[in-house]
Amino acid sequence: MIKNYDDLLSLEYLYKKSLDKQRKKVLVCAGTGCVAGGSLAIYEKIKALVKENGLLVDVDLTKEEEGIGVKKSGCHGFCEAGPLVRIEPSNYLYLHVKLEDCEEIVFKTLKEGKPIERLMYQTNGEVYKTQEEIPFYKKQTRLVLHNCGHIDAESIQEYIGNGGYKAAAKALKMAPMDICKLITDSGLRGRGGGGYPVGRKWSQVLAQENPVRYVVCNGDEGDPGAFMDRSIMEGDPHKVIEGMLISGIATKADTGYIYVRAEYPMAVNRLQNAIDQAMEYGLLGDNILNSGFSFNIQIFQGAGAFVCGEGSALTASIEGERGMPRVKPPRTVEKGLFECPTVLNNVETFANVPIILLNGADEYRKYGIENNSGTKVFALTGNVVNTGLIEVPMGTTLEEIIFDIGGGIQKGKQFKAVQIGGPSGGCLIYDENHLKLPLSFDSLASVGAMIGSGGMVVMDEDTCMVEVARFFMSFTQRESCGKCIPCREGTKRMLDILEKITEGKGEMEDLNLLYEVADTVKNTALCGLGKTAPNPVLSTLEYFYDEYLAHVVDKVCPAKVCKGLASIVIDPDICRGCSKCARICPVEAISGRIKEPYIIDQNKCIKCGACIEACPFKAIQEV
Amino acid sequence: MSGSMIIDGKKVYFDNQKNILSLIRDNNIDLPTFCYHSELSIYGACRMCSVETSDGKIIASCSEVPCNGMEIYTNSPRIRKYRKMILELLLSNHERDCTACERTGKCQLQSLARRYGINKMRFNQLIEEQEVDYSSPSIIRNPNKCIKCGDCVMVCEEIQGVGVLGFSHRGTEVKVKPAFGKNLNETNCVNCGQCRIVCPTAAITIKNETQKVWDAIYDKNIRVIAQIAPAVRVALGEEFGLRPGQVTIGKIASILRRIGVDEVYDTALSADLTVIEESDEFMDRFSKNENLPLFTSCCPAWVKYVENKYPELTKNISTCKSPQQMFGAVAREVYNKKDQEDGKKTFIVSVMPCTAKKAEAAREEFSHDGIREVDVVLTTQELAIMIKEIGVNFDTIEEESLDMPFGVASGAGIIFGTTGGVTEAVLRRLLVDKFGKEDSEIIFNNVRGLESVKEATVEVDGKVIKIAVVHGLKEADTLIKQIKSGERHYDLVEVMACTGGCIAGGGQPVPRTITKETRALRASGLYSIDKVKPIKNSQDNYIVKSIYNDILKGNKQILHIHK
Amino acid sequence: MCKADYKERINEIISRHNNDSKKIISIIQEVQKEYNYLPEEALVYIADTLDISHSKIYGIATFYENFSLEKKGKNIIRICDGTACHVRDSIPILKEIHKELNLSDKKITTDDLLFTVETVSCLGACGLAPVITINDVVYPKVTPEAVVELLQNIKKEAIE
Ligand SMILES: Cc1cc2nc3c(=O)[nH]c(=O)nc-3n(C[C@H](O)[C@H](O)[C@H](O)COP(=O)(O)O)c2cc1C
Ligand code: SF4
Ligand code: SF4
Ligand code: SF4
Ligand code: SF4
Ligand code: SF4
Ligand code: SF4
Ligand code: SF4
Ligand code: SF4
Ligand code: FES
Ligand code: FES
Ligand code: FES
Repeated sequence: MIKNYDDLLSLEYLYKKSLDKQRKKVLVCAGTGCVAGGSLAIYEKIKALVKENGLLVDVDLTKEEEGIGVKKSGCHGFCEAGPLVRIEPSNYLYLHVKLEDCEEIVFKTLKEGKPIERLMYQTNGEVYKTQEEIPFYKKQTRLVLHNCGHIDAESIQEYIGNGGYKAAAKALKMAPMDICKLITDSGLRGRGGGGYPVGRKWSQVLAQENPVRYVVCNGDEGDPGAFMDRSIMEGDPHKVIEGMLISGIATKADTGYIYVRAEYPMAVNRLQNAIDQAMEYGLLGDNILNSGFSFNIQIFQGAGAFVCGEGSALTASIEGERGMPRVKPPRTVEKGLFECPTVLNNVETFANVPIILLNGADEYRKYGIENNSGTKVFALTGNVVNTGLIEVPMGTTLEEIIFDIGGGIQKGKQFKAVQIGGPSGGCLIYDENHLKLPLSFDSLASVGAMIGSGGMVVMDEDTCMVEVARFFMSFTQRESCGKCIPCREGTKRMLDILEKITEGKGEMEDLNLLYEVADTVKNTALCGLGKTAPNPVLSTLEYFYDEYLAHVVDKVCPAKVCKGLASIVIDPDICRGCSKCARICPVEAISGRIKEPYIIDQNKCIKCGACIEACPFKAIQEV
Repeated sequence: MSGSMIIDGKKVYFDNQKNILSLIRDNNIDLPTFCYHSELSIYGACRMCSVETSDGKIIASCSEVPCNGMEIYTNSPRIRKYRKMILELLLSNHERDCTACERTGKCQLQSLARRYGINKMRFNQLIEEQEVDYSSPSIIRNPNKCIKCGDCVMVCEEIQGVGVLGFSHRGTEVKVKPAFGKNLNETNCVNCGQCRIVCPTAAITIKNETQKVWDAIYDKNIRVIAQIAPAVRVALGEEFGLRPGQVTIGKIASILRRIGVDEVYDTALSADLTVIEESDEFMDRFSKNENLPLFTSCCPAWVKYVENKYPELTKNISTCKSPQQMFGAVAREVYNKKDQEDGKKTFIVSVMPCTAKKAEAAREEFSHDGIREVDVVLTTQELAIMIKEIGVNFDTIEEESLDMPFGVASGAGIIFGTTGGVTEAVLRRLLVDKFGKEDSEIIFNNVRGLESVKEATVEVDGKVIKIAVVHGLKEADTLIKQIKSGERHYDLVEVMACTGGCIAGGGQPVPRTITKETRALRASGLYSIDKVKPIKNSQDNYIVKSIYNDILKGNKQILHIHK
Repeated sequence: MCKADYKERINEIISRHNNDSKKIISIIQEVQKEYNYLPEEALVYIADTLDISHSKIYGIATFYENFSLEKKGKNIIRICDGTACHVRDSIPILKEIHKELNLSDKKITTDDLLFTVETVSCLGACGLAPVITINDVVYPKVTPEAVVELLQNIKKEAIE
C-alpha cells in the first residue's frame, strides 16, 4: 500500500535499483501475435534453462538480486517477424524464434554475450544487431509505445520502477482546472479518430453542474486492420489506467469504465490484472495517496458490434441497451454514461496523458507539428515489406512511413494507393500532394481521408480499387446499426451497386446513382459510421474513376481481380484441338473441330475455370 | 431560450421551442418527418427533417435546438435531393402495392413520395417477404410495409409500458416485431392500438371487420342494431374534413340507417348503467374496506394489462361490465325475446374508438351459449371506410336522432369518453345533494384535463374518499407501483389505457401527428355535449330507470362479470 | 436443460450483478458462457426477473454479434476477414473450411454440434494475417491446407 508521494518515490528507487541489478533481461514478446506463434512456450523454456543454470532472478523487485530477468513483454509492433525475443542491455532483437533456438539463446547470448546472427534482422546482406538500428524502428519515435516490448507487461513494479504513477501523483497535487489547462496547452487531440482537443473536452466536463461524472476509455477498436489500442492495453496497461486516473482527477470523476471489445481477451486479462495491482498498491480505490481523492475502474466487455465504438452507442451498450447511436445534442460531455457528464477518450489518448504530466506541455509540443502535437501510432499493413505497429511524430509524411519504415512495396511491385482510417477513411494515391503530405488530422481531411484510428493499408498495383471500395462497403453495411434510413438502406444499395460493377454487370447510370447515394448518406446519416461510410467510395470515385469506367464500359478489371470480369480464352497457338475442354464445360461454351483450335463463346461461359484445369496443354488462360 | 433565426430567408422568433423542427412548423412550413412525435422521445432516425445551414451543413431539425442568429434552409436544392434519395431508398425496400393497401390516400410514405415527385424506381426492388401477423383480434402487423421509424416501439414502451414491439437484429436486417418472432396474440399486447396511431404506413393497421357487418346487413333475416360510443361522435368528422371535437352524432345516425343498420343506439346510455353499478359497488367495498382501491373496468386494455402483469390485483378491478358489454347484455335480454317472436336474428354492432374493444367483445365471459353479447366491433376508422364505400356526402347529409329506447343518455354517460369522465360521472352520483353546484364544479375540475395523474378528495358521510385518475398505461404502472409500496393511497382509481382516454383510442382517425391539442379539442367536444344535455346525471336518466324496472327486473347479475 | 437447475444458475449470475437491469449485457454474456448459446426460456426468465420487456432482451440478444440464440458447436472457429486478412486471402480459407465441414454462410453450425464457423472483422493480430481462432486460440498465417489439418485433428480427438 503506497500512502503518499514519498512512498511512491522510494518504491520507484527500490524497483529501479533492483532492475538495474539484473545483469541481463530477456523480454519474450507475449503480445497476441507472438503468443499465437508459440512465444509462451519459448518463455517457459528460456526461463527453465536460465533457472537450471542458477541465473534466474525473482520477478519480485523488492529484493535486489544479481542475475537474469526473464519476462513477458507486450507487443513490439513487429508481429510479422514474431515470436520476438529482446535481450537487454545489448538490445539484440531475435526474430522468428523457435523452441529449438532457446538453448542457443541461453548459452550463447546470455552466458557468453554473443549475438546469434541468423536470428537477427537482415536485409541486403546486412545484419542489424540491435532493435534500434533496424530501419523499421529507426525512423520511429516511440513515446506512447515506449514501454511496449520493453517492460514486463504484467508487473506494476516494473512500471513503477520506470517512473510509473508519478504523473498521477503529481496530478493529485494540482487543481483540476490546472490539469485541464496543461492538457489544453499540450495540444493533445483525441487519437480515436475525431481529433477533438482533449483539454477542451475535460474542461467542459469539469464545468458541468452534475457532481456525478464518469471517465470512459474507448477500447472498442473495431477497425479491421488496426491493432494499436490492443497493443497498448496488452503491453502497457498501467499507462492507460494512469491516464484515466489523471482524467478522473482533472474532471472530479470517481468512476472509470474501460470498454474493451470481446475479441481481445488478453487485453481484458492484462487490464484486470493491472487494475487489481493498482488497487493493491493503493493507486486506485479510496483516498489515493492520502489525497482524499478516490477512483475506481471497471472493465466492460463488448459483445461484438463495431458501431459501439461510437460514443453514444458505447455508453448505451454499457447501460445495457442496443448499441445504437443517439442524436446529439446533448453531447457526451453533458449527458453521457448514465446521463451524467462523461469524458470519453481513446486508449492511445489516455496513454499520452502521463507523458504530458511528467514532461510538461512545452516538451510534449516538441513532437509533431502546429495544431497536431505529439505522435500517432499506426497499424501499417497490406502490401508493404515491413508490416506492424509503428509510432511516428504527427506531420511525418506517408512517403517516410511507407518507404522508410515500411521498407516499400513487397515483391518489388508498384505502389498504387494507401487506405487510411479504415472503412471510414479514404484512399490516397501516389502523387506528390498525397505522399508528401505531412500527416495530421487536418491535412488528411482536406484530401478526403482521415487519420481515423490509425489503420493504414498499403496497396500495390495488383489491387482493384473498385473491389477495395466493395470490401469496405461490405464491412460498413454489415456493421451499420440499422437505425437511420440513409445508412441502413444506403450502405446496402451502395454495396449492391459495387457488387454489380465488380461482377461486370455495371452500367454508366450505376456510377451516377452510386455517387448520389454516397453523397446522401455522407450528409444525412445520424452518426459517424454512416457519415464516413461513403468515404472509400467517394475517394476511389475521385482518384480511380478510370478503373470504374474500365469495369463498367470496357468490362475489364485492370488489376485482374474481379472474377466476373475475367474472360477465359484459348490460345490458338497452343491448343491442339483435343476437345477435352469442350467435354468438361458444364454449359457447352466451348466448340471446335478436332485437331483445330477450339474457341470459347464468351456469352455462354460462366467462368467456372473447369476447362483451365482440364486442358493438358495449358492452352486456356484467364485474362 | 428565446431569440431569432432566419428560416428560408425570413426572420422568425423562437421562444422555448424544443427543437428547430417545431419552430419551422410553427412558421407554417410542413417539414416532412417519419419519426417525430412531440410526445415521444426524439429518435432521429428518418432524417427527413434535415435542413441546410447557411454554411452548408446538413442537420436534422428534430434534434437541434434553435440558436440565436442561425440561418437555415428547409428546401434547398441539396436538401430536396437528399430527401428524394431517402424516399427512394425506402420505397425500394417496401412492399409497394398502394392500390391494394389499407392505408392508401392516408399514408405518409405515399404522400411524401408524391410530394417529392418520385416517379421512377432506380433501384431494383429488394424485399424479402415476411409473414403478415393476423393473429391479434385488433390489429394487423405487416412487416413488409414497415419503415423502422420506431414510433410504435416508443409508444408501446414509453407511453404504454407494455414493450411488446421492439427492435431486433441489426443493420439491413433490423426488424420491428415482438420478441422471439412471436405473433401478437402470444404476447402481452393489450390491443390498445396506440402503435397503429403513430405508424406512418400500413405496417400496423386496424383489423378491418366491415365485411362482417355488410354480410349481416345484406341478410334479410338479420336485424342489425348498432351502439355508438361517446368518443366516436367527436372524431369521425375528421375523416371528412371537420375539425377535431365537432359533434356528428346526428349524421352518424342517419348514415348508419343509409348503410342499412336497423336501429341506432347510444353506448352512453349503458355508460349510465355502469355509473350506477360501479358507484354502488364502490360504496359497498368502501364501507367494508374490501379490495381497495377499486379500479375501473371499462377499459379492456387496462384490464388485460392487470391480468398480464399484476394478476394479484384483478380482484381490485370492478366487476362491472364495460358500457359496451352492458349494452350488449341488456340488448340481448330484449332482443332474444323479439327474435323468437319475429323469427329473426339480432346482430349487435358496436362502433367504438377502440381497437381493444374488439378483443373485449371476443372474450369468453361475454359469450353465452355461443352467442356473443356484441357480434362485431367496428372502430371509428372502419365506420369512415363504410361511409366512403357507400359514397354518401358527409357534409350535406341531414342529421337524424337516435332510436328509442336506448337512445337517451345523460351528460355523465357522454363524458366517459375522456380521461376523468368516468370518475366525474361517479362523483355526480355520489355527491348528489351533498354539495352546491359550485363546490362540485371545483371537484370536477380536478379530474378534468390532460394531466397524466389527477387527484380528488371528497368527503361523503364524514368519510374521506381519495380518488386518482390516470391515463396511459406507463403512468398507470408507476401509480400501481406506488400504491403497492404504500407510497400512495387511493380508494378509487380510474385508468384509461390511452393517453387522453377513449377520445384518443386506437380506432380513431389519425391526424398526421396526434398532439395534446387534438386530444383537448376532442375532449371539449364531449364536454360541450354534456353542457346542453337536459339530463346531467346517470341516476336521472329515465331510460336507465326503466331498464332496471322493466328489463332487468332486479336481475343486475347480467351487468357484472362472474368468474 | 432441467428447469429448476437453470433458474438457480441464472439467479446466481443475476444476483452477482446486484439484480441490476443495466448489467444485462454482462449477465447475458455469462449465461451464454454457461450454455454456449442463449436458450429462449433463459432470456425470458432473465427479462422477467429484471422487470424488462421481452422485446428489449430479444433486441439486445440479436443486436450483438457474439450472442447466439441458436445452439453453437463445441469448437468455435472464427475466420478473420478484416482488411489485412482479406488482402492476404482469407476467403479461400473460409471456403475450404465450409467445404470441409459442409457449412455455408447461412448454416454455420455442424449437425453434430462439433463446429461453429463465424467470420469476424479483425482479431487484432493483423501482422500475422491471415488469422483464425479456434476457441480463442489464435492461429497465425494460416493456409487452406493447414486449416484442414487442424479440423481433422479436432475431429479425431472428438472420436477418441
Ligand atoms: C462507428 C464509429 C466507431 C468508432 N470506433 C472507435 C474505436 O473503436 N475506438 C475509439 O477510440 N474511438 C472510436 N470512435 C470514435 C469515438 O466516437 C470517439 O470520438 C472517441 O472515442 C473519442 O476519443 P478521443 O477524443 O480520445 O479520440 C468511433 C466512432 C465511430 C463513429
Ligand atoms: S449512421 Fe448507420 S450506424 Fe449510425 S445511427 Fe445511422 S444506421 Fe446506425
Ligand atoms: S470456364 Fe467453365 S464455363 Fe467457361 S468455358 Fe471453361 S468450362 Fe466452360
Ligand atoms: S483442352 Fe486445351 S488443347 Fe484441348 S481443345 Fe481444349 S484448349 Fe485445346
Ligand atoms: S404503406 Fe403507404 S406506400 Fe406502402 S403500400 Fe401502403 S399506401 Fe403505399
Ligand atoms: S392511378 Fe391509374 S393506374 Fe393507378 S390505380 Fe389509379 S387508375 Fe389505376
Ligand atoms: S396495441 Fe398497444 S400494447 Fe399492443 S403492440 Fe400496439 S401499442 Fe403495444
Ligand atoms: S410498424 Fe410502423 S411505426 Fe412501427 S417502426 Fe414500422 S413503420 Fe414505424
Ligand atoms: S382508453 Fe378507451 S380507447 Fe383506449 S383502450 Fe381503453 S377503452 Fe379503448
Ligand atoms: S505480438 Fe509480438 S511483436 Fe506484436
Ligand atoms: S424527424 Fe428528424 S430524423 Fe426523423
Ligand atoms: S485484419 Fe485480420 S487480424 Fe486484423
